[in-house]
Amino acid sequence: MSDFSSEAYLETELLRFTTAGSVDDGKSTLIGRLLYDSKSIFEDQYESIRASSEKRGEDYVNLALLTDGLRAEREQGITIDVAYRYFATPYRKFIIADTPGHIQYTRNMVTGASTANVALILIDARKGVIEQTKRHTYIASLLRIPHVVVCVNKMDLVGYSEDVYQSIQRDYKAFAAGMEKLDLHFIPISALKGDNVVDQSVLMDWYKGPALLSLLEHIDITQDKNLSGARFPVQYVIRPMSADYHDYRGYAGRIAGGVFKKGDRVRVLPSGFSSRIKSIDSAGEELELAYAPMSVTLTLEDEIDISRGDLIVAETEVPEPKQDIELMICWLAEKKLQAGGRYVMRHTSKELRCVVKEIRYKVNISTLDNEETDLTIGLNDIARISIRTSQPLYADSYAYNRNTGSLILIDEASNVTVGAGMIV
Amino acid sequence: MTHMNDYKLSHLKELESESIYILREVAAQFENPVLLFSGGKDSIVVSWLARKAFWPARIPFPLMHIDTGHNFEETISYRDWWVDRIGAKLIVRSVQDSIDQGRVAEEKGVNASRNALQTVTLLDAISEYKFDAAIGGARRDEEKARAKERFFSHRDEFSQWDPRNQRPELWNLFNGRKSQGEHFRVFPISNWTEMDVWQYIQQEKIEIPSIYFTHERECFVRDQVIYAHSSFMQLKPGEKVERKRVRFRTIGDMSCTGAVSSDASTLDEIIEEVASSRVTERGSRIDDKRSEAAMEDRKKAGYF
Ligand SMILES: Nc1nc2c(ncn2[C@@H]2O[C@H](COP(=O)(O)OP(=O)(O)O)[C@@H](O)[C@H]2O)c(=O)[nH]1
Repeated sequence: MSDFSSEAYLETELLRFTTAGSVDDGKSTLIGRLLYDSKSIFEDQYESIRASSEKRGEDYVNLALLTDGLRAEREQGITIDVAYRYFATPYRKFIIADTPGHIQYTRNMVTGASTANVALILIDARKGVIEQTKRHTYIASLLRIPHVVVCVNKMDLVGYSEDVYQSIQRDYKAFAAGMEKLDLHFIPISALKGDNVVDQSVLMDWYKGPALLSLLEHIDITQDKNLSGARFPVQYVIRPMSADYHDYRGYAGRIAGGVFKKGDRVRVLPSGFSSRIKSIDSAGEELELAYAPMSVTLTLEDEIDISRGDLIVAETEVPEPKQDIELMICWLAEKKLQAGGRYVMRHTSKELRCVVKEIRYKVNISTLDNEETDLTIGLNDIARISIRTSQPLYADSYAYNRNTGSLILIDEASNVTVGAGMIV
Repeated sequence: MTHMNDYKLSHLKELESESIYILREVAAQFENPVLLFSGGKDSIVVSWLARKAFWPARIPFPLMHIDTGHNFEETISYRDWWVDRIGAKLIVRSVQDSIDQGRVAEEKGVNASRNALQTVTLLDAISEYKFDAAIGGARRDEEKARAKERFFSHRDEFSQWDPRNQRPELWNLFNGRKSQGEHFRVFPISNWTEMDVWQYIQQEKIEIPSIYFTHERECFVRDQVIYAHSSFMQLKPGEKVERKRVRFRTIGDMSCTGAVSSDASTLDEIIEEVASSRVTERGSRIDDKRSEAAMEDRKKAGYF
């Protein structure tokens, strides 16, 4: 890890990934192995899981305990929520959204997947492709995670057999063919023994690809950024009202897509006024250009009334306003989705209201068929719905832009986030 | 610099951008936020990010220091210098006042600490000022119970944290809606690691308190932890005070912050040391050692 002492870190990129697999496929062991073999585990952490393993009467140090969070879960031996882990190599810094496999699974995986560049999908080599695998792949594809790495785990239990691995790979490709185009990678691993996780396996010399860590370090993520269609949701208006910056009026926000350059012609929505970018400010530094996902402050040539919730876009690619919107929705709460129900909705920096017009179908998450008879949508269900918003919305499809194409629904009585929507 | 032409962003720039986004969300979604400032490197970084987020305007919320009265002298003088440097407004509330008002009782014995008492002072201050969002510098990599913490962490009217009832956070959409009397804790640097914080301090050339660097001071050793000696630490029989070359990896209440033996006198040397360290920074925090679930229990009660 001493490579960090050089200035090389100024160039390292961030990669976010999520893990999916059914219970006991080895997710926790895999994450523990990644952390341990990449030397991201500290002695006191190791000592604490060693002691816990001993107390539980396990005959080896259970690396899975490294990722076990809260006490209630430790006591029940389950994980119930998304937990975030961090590690770094000289190439990249990694954020893992660790989502456990159990009933609340869909909600958790959708949450973890919403910000991920890569999904790791685990398959137990003894069981092969199962219903859960299809479910996880569907969610990865629905949430448009740009890259999917299928880890065929527990290869040690099938004699490191190439045939077993190849046939799982064939099965997987066969069903994934029906989904949105996925950037697929396959790796045979043993999370327990460490084969092909950080170090290349000597027991599977028939596998010519990279070990998992090496793949994660080098997979190209610059293409994942949304660089077309410049979008800037205004988050906050900066008015210093000080002697030095008496007339300064800056629009603060995080670029949701595309590239903005000084001098670019832009349109402000919903007012429709046009202007030019006068400056792109980053805390005292003026930038020539800025791109997603940078947080900057824009100033414009013309004085226009702009407030939080407005959208500044490139004049060349202006989205159409819509009030009737089609969504794929993942339901996150026990309380059922109400057809005709009213919800608070948050889209970029805008808060508005909407009413659910129609529930079109529910996705049967096991068969991936669309069901049109049973339309009760509860926790962990995924459905296609149509909504009508209280004001026209300037949005994109989720396929076009994950930031301007996503929204959440909030229950007005409890203030709880109940739905995650992707605009079709 | 980063490769501007292929639209890459360094991990520090991306983390900075995320944190600035969160801070602006707080200013937009809440009426009366406050930034909890301890004088440690994490809250220094958060306040620096707040300065950047609203530049050239002032930070639109005050900083608040909960003073245990057992601070390192350097922390207090640094604090006053820093708020002036970034042009922020400072509120101080002290645990001593809470003790004098009979709100809390001082712990007794050689291991006495005011760490737990701070929670009461903090909650009192939150209701006194009617703060609806308290911004903290906690990071998810610090401790197991924090790994599932949200950026926007909901607290009920008793300021309790219910790990089973947290709102899911998807994409960059944060839901800060609340009922009367409830508030949020917000953690803009959730996704940073200790290493990120140090690298960022170096990249931004942020001045930090001198005690993060090596210095000589009177110390004593208890349960393998090196403590700074001071008038409010009682020695046990057999413990003796000696001069050591040390520095601090975290800065908190003196009664529960351990030092490490170190010669690191520059940020480069600190980064080198952190990179090769085999113990987490919280390994030197005595408050977390009390039980494996110590942090979780304190968080439920409304701790930082
Ligand atoms: N033989 C073998 N066992 C494994 C492997 N990976 C995980 N396991 C075991 O499978 C069980 C479940 O693993 P765990 O990581 O807890 O699964 P999770 O529920 O997906 O997090 C544990 O007993 C692990 O030791 C592997 O590659 N080979």
